[in-house]
Amino acid sequence: MTEPLNPEAFRAYARRCGLVFLAVACMTLLMVAASYVPLHNHALTIAIILSVACVNASLVAGYLMHLISEQKMIYTLLAFTGIFFAGLMGLSVFAAHDVPALLHQTVTR
Amino acid sequence: MDIPYTVQARPDTGVYNAKVGMWLFLASEVMLFGGLFSAYILLRVAAPPGTWPHGWLSVPLGTLNTLLLALSAVTTLLAWAACKARLFDRYKLFQAVTLVLALVFLGIKGYEYRDKLLHYEIALKDGRIADGHLVESRPEAVVLHGRYVASHAELMDGRHPGAHEEIRIERAQIQRMENYGPAHNTFTAIYFTLTGLHGLHLIGGILVFAYLWGPGSAMWHTDPERFTNRVEVSGLFWHFVDLVWIFLFPVLYLT
Repeated sequence: MTEPLNPEAFRAYARRCGLVFLAVACMTLLMVAASYVPLHNHALTIAIILSVACVNASLVAGYLMHLISEQKMIYTLLAFTGIFFAGLMGLSVFAAHDVPALLHQTVTR
Repeated sequence: MDIPYTVQARPDTGVYNAKVGMWLFLASEVMLFGGLFSAYILLRVAAPPGTWPHGWLSVPLGTLNTLLLALSAVTTLLAWAACKARLFDRYKLFQAVTLVLALVFLGIKGYEYRDKLLHYEIALKDGRIADGHLVESRPEAVVLHGRYVASHAELMDGRHPGAHEEIRIERAQIQRMENYGPAHNTFTAIYFTLTGLHGLHLIGGILVFAYLWGPGSAMWHTDPERFTNRVEVSGLFWHFVDLVWIFLFPVLYLT
Protein backbone atom coordinates (compact mmCIF):
# COMPACT_ATOMS: atom_id res chain seq x y z
CA MET A 1 0.00 0.00 0.00
CA THR A 2 1.74 3.16 -1.18
CA GLU A 3 -1.07 5.67 -1.36
CA PRO A 4 -2.05 7.80 1.69
CA LEU A 5 -5.14 6.80 3.65
CA ASN A 6 -8.03 9.12 4.39
CA PRO A 7 -9.60 8.86 7.89
CA GLU A 8 -12.50 6.77 6.57
CA ALA A 9 -10.14 4.35 4.84
CA PHE A 10 -8.12 4.19 8.08
CA ARG A 11 -11.21 3.13 10.03
CA ALA A 12 -12.02 0.46 7.43
CA TYR A 13 -8.44 -0.75 7.58
CA ALA A 14 -8.59 -0.88 11.41
CA ARG A 15 -11.78 -2.97 11.20
CA ARG A 16 -10.06 -5.40 8.83
CA CYS A 17 -7.08 -5.65 11.18
CA GLY A 18 -9.49 -6.35 14.04
CA LEU A 19 -11.05 -9.19 12.06
CA VAL A 20 -7.61 -10.66 11.35
CA PHE A 21 -6.80 -10.53 15.07
CA LEU A 22 -10.08 -12.28 15.89
CA ALA A 23 -9.31 -14.98 13.34
CA VAL A 24 -5.80 -15.45 14.78
CA ALA A 25 -7.20 -15.60 18.32
CA CYS A 26 -9.81 -18.20 17.31
CA MET A 27 -7.15 -20.29 15.55
CA THR A 28 -4.94 -20.11 18.64
CA LEU A 29 -7.77 -21.32 20.87
CA LEU A 30 -8.52 -24.06 18.32
CA MET A 31 -4.88 -25.20 18.55
CA VAL A 32 -5.09 -25.33 22.34
CA ALA A 33 -8.39 -27.22 22.20
CA ALA A 34 -6.94 -29.70 19.70
CA SER A 35 -4.05 -30.41 22.06
CA TYR A 36 -6.53 -31.55 24.75
CA VAL A 37 -8.64 -33.80 22.48
CA PRO A 38 -7.77 -37.45 23.28
CA LEU A 39 -7.15 -38.73 19.75
CA HIS A 40 -4.83 -41.56 20.96
CA ASN A 41 -2.63 -40.78 17.97
CA HIS A 42 0.07 -38.30 18.89
CA ALA A 43 1.26 -37.85 15.29
CA LEU A 44 -2.26 -36.91 14.19
CA THR A 45 -2.60 -34.43 17.05
CA ILE A 46 0.70 -32.80 16.09
CA ALA A 47 -0.34 -32.67 12.42
CA ILE A 48 -3.66 -30.97 13.28
CA ILE A 49 -2.03 -28.44 15.62
CA LEU A 50 0.72 -27.55 13.14
CA SER A 51 -1.83 -27.26 10.31
CA VAL A 52 -3.78 -24.70 12.35
CA ALA A 53 -0.50 -22.92 13.15
CA CYS A 54 0.19 -22.72 9.39
CA VAL A 55 -3.23 -21.13 8.81
CA ASN A 56 -2.44 -18.66 11.60
CA ALA A 57 0.94 -17.87 10.04
CA SER A 58 -0.71 -17.39 6.62
CA LEU A 59 -3.10 -14.83 8.10
CA VAL A 60 -0.24 -12.88 9.66
CA ALA A 61 1.98 -13.08 6.58
CA GLY A 62 -0.84 -12.43 4.10
CA TYR A 63 -2.73 -9.62 5.77
CA LEU A 64 -0.46 -8.08 8.39
CA MET A 65 2.72 -8.28 6.30
CA HIS A 66 0.74 -7.44 3.15
CA LEU A 67 2.09 -10.44 1.24
CA ILE A 68 -1.22 -10.80 -0.59
CA SER A 69 -0.42 -7.61 -2.48
CA GLU A 70 3.37 -7.28 -2.60
CA GLN A 71 5.78 -6.47 -5.40
CA LYS A 72 7.27 -9.19 -7.60
CA MET A 73 10.72 -8.46 -6.17
CA ILE A 74 9.59 -9.49 -2.67
CA TYR A 75 7.91 -12.65 -3.99
CA THR A 76 11.11 -13.58 -5.85
CA LEU A 77 13.16 -13.08 -2.70
CA LEU A 78 10.72 -15.18 -0.67
CA ALA A 79 10.69 -17.91 -3.31
CA PHE A 80 14.46 -18.31 -2.93
CA THR A 81 14.06 -18.28 0.86
CA GLY A 82 11.43 -21.01 0.54
CA ILE A 83 13.75 -23.14 -1.60
CA PHE A 84 16.63 -22.83 0.87
CA PHE A 85 14.30 -23.42 3.84
CA ALA A 86 12.91 -26.55 2.17
CA GLY A 87 16.49 -27.71 1.63
CA LEU A 88 17.27 -27.11 5.29
CA MET A 89 14.23 -29.09 6.41
CA GLY A 90 15.14 -31.74 3.84
CA LEU A 91 18.44 -32.19 5.64
CA SER A 92 16.46 -32.89 8.83
CA VAL A 93 14.41 -35.52 7.00
CA PHE A 94 17.52 -37.16 5.52
CA ALA A 95 19.20 -37.10 8.94
CA ALA A 96 16.18 -38.92 10.39
CA HIS A 97 17.50 -42.05 8.68
CA ASP A 98 20.15 -42.11 11.41
CA VAL A 99 17.52 -42.02 14.12
CA PRO A 100 16.65 -45.76 14.44
CA ALA A 101 20.15 -46.34 15.82
CA LEU A 102 19.56 -43.61 18.40
CA LEU A 103 16.16 -45.03 19.30
CA HIS A 104 17.78 -48.24 20.51
CA GLN A 105 20.19 -46.47 22.81
CA THR A 106 19.78 -47.15 26.49
CA VAL A 107 17.94 -44.49 28.43
CA THR A 108 20.44 -43.29 30.96
CA ARG A 109 18.34 -40.57 32.54
CA MET B 1 25.04 12.82 0.78
CA ASP B 2 21.44 11.68 0.37
CA ILE B 3 20.64 8.01 0.62
CA PRO B 4 18.67 7.14 -2.51
CA TYR B 5 15.22 5.54 -2.56
CA THR B 6 14.37 5.95 1.12
CA VAL B 7 10.93 7.22 0.17
CA GLN B 8 10.30 6.61 -3.52
CA ALA B 9 10.25 3.11 -4.92
CA ARG B 10 13.33 2.09 -6.87
CA PRO B 11 12.30 1.61 -10.51
CA ASP B 12 13.87 -1.84 -10.96
CA THR B 13 12.60 -3.40 -7.68
CA GLY B 14 9.32 -1.53 -7.33
CA VAL B 15 9.90 -0.91 -3.59
CA TYR B 16 12.02 1.46 -1.52
CA ASN B 17 15.43 0.20 -0.45
CA ALA B 18 14.81 -0.21 3.27
CA LYS B 19 11.95 -2.58 2.56
CA VAL B 20 14.10 -4.79 0.31
CA GLY B 21 16.78 -4.69 2.99
CA MET B 22 14.34 -5.73 5.68
CA TRP B 23 12.99 -8.62 3.60
CA LEU B 24 16.57 -9.79 2.91
CA PHE B 25 17.26 -9.64 6.64
CA LEU B 26 14.07 -11.58 7.36
CA ALA B 27 15.14 -14.21 4.81
CA SER B 28 18.35 -14.72 6.78
CA GLU B 29 16.29 -14.88 9.98
CA VAL B 30 14.13 -17.61 8.46
CA MET B 31 17.28 -19.67 7.97
CA LEU B 32 18.49 -18.92 11.52
CA PHE B 33 15.27 -20.03 13.17
CA GLY B 34 14.89 -22.80 10.57
CA GLY B 35 18.21 -24.27 11.72
CA LEU B 36 17.06 -24.23 15.34
CA PHE B 37 13.67 -25.74 14.48
CA SER B 38 15.58 -28.42 12.55
CA ALA B 39 17.66 -29.07 15.68
CA TYR B 40 14.44 -29.34 17.70
CA ILE B 41 12.99 -31.88 15.26
CA LEU B 42 16.15 -34.01 15.34
CA LEU B 43 16.38 -33.92 19.14
CA ARG B 44 12.75 -34.82 19.51
CA VAL B 45 12.69 -37.61 16.91
CA ALA B 46 15.88 -39.06 18.36
CA ALA B 47 14.58 -39.03 21.93
CA PRO B 48 13.89 -42.59 23.11
CA PRO B 49 10.20 -43.26 23.85
CA GLY B 50 9.05 -41.83 27.15
CA THR B 51 11.98 -39.46 27.55
CA TRP B 52 10.56 -36.35 25.87
CA PRO B 53 8.69 -34.19 28.40
CA HIS B 54 5.05 -33.22 28.01
CA GLY B 55 3.16 -30.59 29.93
CA TRP B 56 6.19 -28.93 31.48
CA LEU B 57 5.12 -25.48 30.30
CA SER B 58 2.04 -23.47 31.26
CA VAL B 59 -0.45 -23.59 28.37
CA PRO B 60 -2.61 -20.72 29.76
CA LEU B 61 0.44 -18.43 29.97
CA GLY B 62 1.63 -19.49 26.51
CA THR B 63 -1.86 -18.87 25.08
CA LEU B 64 -2.03 -15.46 26.73
CA ASN B 65 1.38 -14.56 25.32
CA THR B 66 0.30 -15.68 21.84
CA LEU B 67 -2.76 -13.44 22.00
CA LEU B 68 -0.71 -10.51 23.35
CA LEU B 69 1.82 -10.80 20.56
CA ALA B 70 -0.90 -11.15 17.90
CA LEU B 71 -2.60 -8.04 19.27
CA SER B 72 0.71 -6.15 19.27
CA ALA B 73 1.18 -7.15 15.62
CA VAL B 74 -2.16 -5.53 14.84
CA THR B 75 -1.42 -2.38 16.84
CA THR B 76 1.96 -1.89 15.14
CA LEU B 77 0.20 -2.20 11.78
CA LEU B 78 -2.38 0.36 12.91
CA ALA B 79 0.47 2.65 13.98
CA TRP B 80 1.80 2.51 10.41
CA ALA B 81 -1.71 2.99 8.95
CA ALA B 82 -2.15 6.03 11.21
CA CYS B 83 1.04 7.49 9.72
CA LYS B 84 -0.36 6.86 6.23
CA ALA B 85 -3.56 8.68 7.28
CA ARG B 86 -1.48 11.53 8.72
CA LEU B 87 -2.89 10.89 12.20
CA PHE B 88 0.27 11.35 14.26
CA ASP B 89 -1.50 11.23 17.65
CA ARG B 90 -3.04 7.89 16.70
CA TYR B 91 0.40 6.67 15.66
CA LYS B 92 1.74 7.58 19.10
CA LEU B 93 -1.16 5.79 20.78
CA PHE B 94 -0.90 2.55 18.79
CA GLN B 95 2.89 2.41 19.03
CA ALA B 96 2.67 2.94 22.80
CA VAL B 97 0.14 0.10 23.06
CA THR B 98 2.51 -2.10 21.04
CA LEU B 99 5.33 -1.30 23.44
CA VAL B 100 3.21 -2.07 26.50
CA LEU B 101 2.01 -5.38 25.01
CA ALA B 102 5.59 -6.34 24.14
CA LEU B 103 6.78 -5.55 27.67
CA VAL B 104 3.94 -7.57 29.18
CA PHE B 105 4.92 -10.48 26.90
CA LEU B 106 8.50 -10.25 28.14
CA GLY B 107 7.31 -10.02 31.74
CA ILE B 108 5.28 -13.22 31.39
CA LYS B 109 8.21 -14.94 29.69
CA GLY B 110 10.45 -13.82 32.54
CA TYR B 111 7.97 -15.28 35.04
CA GLU B 112 8.03 -18.59 33.14
CA TYR B 113 11.86 -18.59 33.16
CA ARG B 114 11.87 -17.89 36.90
CA ASP B 115 9.44 -20.76 37.42
CA LYS B 116 11.80 -23.13 35.58
CA LEU B 117 14.94 -21.88 37.33
CA LEU B 118 13.33 -22.35 40.77
CA HIS B 119 12.04 -25.82 39.86
CA TYR B 120 14.43 -28.48 41.19
CA GLU B 121 14.89 -32.17 40.76
CA ILE B 122 16.79 -33.68 43.68
CA ALA B 123 18.13 -37.25 43.56
CA LEU B 124 18.43 -38.68 47.06
CA LYS B 125 20.94 -41.26 48.26
CA ASP B 126 18.11 -43.72 49.03
CA GLY B 127 17.13 -43.78 45.33
CA ARG B 128 14.05 -41.55 45.56
CA ILE B 129 13.69 -38.33 43.60
CA ALA B 130 12.17 -35.16 45.01
CA ASP B 131 10.73 -32.72 42.47
CA GLY B 132 9.29 -29.29 43.10
CA HIS B 133 9.82 -25.59 43.50
CA LEU B 134 12.42 -24.28 45.89
CA VAL B 135 10.89 -22.68 48.96
CA GLU B 136 13.98 -22.31 51.12
CA SER B 137 17.66 -23.10 50.83
CA ARG B 138 19.83 -23.36 53.96
CA PRO B 139 23.33 -24.75 54.54
CA GLU B 140 21.92 -27.81 56.31
CA ALA B 141 18.71 -28.43 54.32
CA VAL B 142 16.50 -27.38 51.43
CA VAL B 143 12.72 -27.08 51.40
CA LEU B 144 10.73 -27.84 48.24
CA HIS B 145 7.05 -27.51 47.45
CA GLY B 146 6.68 -30.68 45.44
CA ARG B 147 6.51 -34.47 45.63
CA TYR B 148 8.57 -37.65 45.74
CA VAL B 149 8.72 -39.94 42.71
CA ALA B 150 10.26 -43.39 42.38
CA SER B 151 11.86 -42.84 38.98
CA HIS B 152 12.90 -40.12 36.59
CA ALA B 153 10.38 -41.38 34.00
CA GLU B 154 7.48 -40.30 36.24
CA LEU B 155 8.56 -36.69 35.79
CA MET B 156 8.23 -36.72 32.01
CA ASP B 157 4.47 -36.13 31.99
CA GLY B 158 3.76 -32.86 33.76
CA ARG B 159 0.08 -32.82 32.81
CA HIS B 160 -0.98 -34.84 35.88
CA PRO B 161 1.49 -33.85 38.58
CA GLY B 162 -0.43 -35.22 41.58
CA ALA B 163 -0.52 -33.77 45.08
CA HIS B 164 2.25 -31.42 46.19
CA GLU B 165 3.41 -30.79 49.72
CA GLU B 166 6.24 -29.07 51.52
CA ILE B 167 9.29 -31.37 51.68
CA ARG B 168 12.34 -30.79 53.86
CA ILE B 169 15.50 -32.53 52.66
CA GLU B 170 18.73 -32.65 54.61
CA ARG B 171 21.79 -31.75 52.54
CA ALA B 172 23.50 -34.96 53.68
CA GLN B 173 20.75 -36.98 51.92
CA ILE B 174 21.24 -35.26 48.57
CA GLN B 175 23.15 -37.05 45.84
CA ARG B 176 22.42 -34.59 43.02
CA MET B 177 20.43 -31.37 42.85
CA GLU B 178 19.62 -29.65 39.59
CA ASN B 179 17.16 -27.00 38.47
CA TYR B 180 15.15 -27.03 35.23
CA GLY B 181 17.60 -24.66 33.55
CA PRO B 182 19.10 -25.10 30.07
CA ALA B 183 21.51 -27.79 31.31
CA HIS B 184 18.75 -30.01 32.74
CA ASN B 185 17.98 -31.99 29.56
CA THR B 186 17.66 -31.58 25.79
CA PHE B 187 14.11 -30.25 26.07
CA THR B 188 15.02 -27.42 28.44
CA ALA B 189 18.16 -26.73 26.38
CA ILE B 190 16.22 -26.25 23.14
CA TYR B 191 13.38 -24.47 24.99
CA PHE B 192 15.70 -21.85 26.48
CA THR B 193 17.64 -21.51 23.22
CA LEU B 194 14.57 -20.99 21.02
CA THR B 195 12.62 -18.76 23.39
CA GLY B 196 15.78 -16.92 24.46
CA LEU B 197 16.66 -16.05 20.88
CA HIS B 198 13.05 -15.06 20.26
CA GLY B 199 13.16 -12.90 23.39
CA LEU B 200 16.31 -11.15 22.14
CA HIS B 201 14.46 -10.33 18.91
CA LEU B 202 11.62 -8.92 20.99
CA ILE B 203 14.03 -6.74 22.95
CA GLY B 204 15.53 -5.51 19.65
CA GLY B 205 12.05 -4.68 18.35
CA ILE B 206 11.13 -2.90 21.57
CA LEU B 207 14.27 -0.72 21.37
CA VAL B 208 13.47 0.26 17.77
CA PHE B 209 9.81 0.97 18.58
CA ALA B 210 10.81 2.99 21.64
CA TYR B 211 13.19 5.05 19.49
CA LEU B 212 10.54 5.62 16.81
CA TRP B 213 7.97 6.53 19.47
CA GLY B 214 10.35 8.86 21.32
CA PRO B 215 13.32 10.76 19.85
CA GLY B 216 13.02 9.21 16.38
CA SER B 217 9.52 10.60 15.93
CA ALA B 218 11.02 14.07 15.36
CA MET B 219 11.48 12.98 11.74
CA TRP B 220 7.70 13.07 11.35
CA HIS B 221 7.84 16.88 11.30
CA THR B 222 10.60 17.05 8.67
CA ASP B 223 10.11 13.99 6.46
CA PRO B 224 6.83 12.19 7.27
CA GLU B 225 7.04 9.82 4.26
CA ARG B 226 10.43 8.52 5.29
CA PHE B 227 9.30 8.21 8.91
CA THR B 228 6.26 6.21 7.76
CA ASN B 229 8.55 3.87 5.86
CA ARG B 230 10.68 3.38 8.99
CA VAL B 231 7.55 2.45 10.91
CA GLU B 232 6.61 0.02 8.14
CA VAL B 233 9.93 -1.85 8.07
CA SER B 234 10.08 -2.05 11.87
CA GLY B 235 6.54 -3.44 11.72
CA LEU B 236 7.64 -6.08 9.20
CA PHE B 237 10.29 -7.21 11.66
CA TRP B 238 7.69 -7.35 14.43
CA HIS B 239 5.35 -9.47 12.32
CA PHE B 240 8.21 -11.88 11.72
CA VAL B 241 8.77 -12.11 15.49
CA ASP B 242 5.04 -12.87 15.82
CA LEU B 243 5.29 -15.51 13.06
CA VAL B 244 8.13 -17.28 14.87
CA TRP B 245 6.09 -17.35 18.08
CA ILE B 246 3.08 -18.74 16.21
CA PHE B 247 5.19 -21.86 15.60
CA LEU B 248 7.13 -21.84 18.87
CA PHE B 249 3.95 -21.91 20.95
CA PRO B 250 2.44 -25.14 19.56
CA VAL B 251 5.80 -26.86 19.16
CA LEU B 252 6.97 -26.23 22.73
CA TYR B 253 3.73 -25.95 24.70
CA LEU B 254 1.13 -28.08 22.94
CA THR B 255 2.75 -31.09 21.25
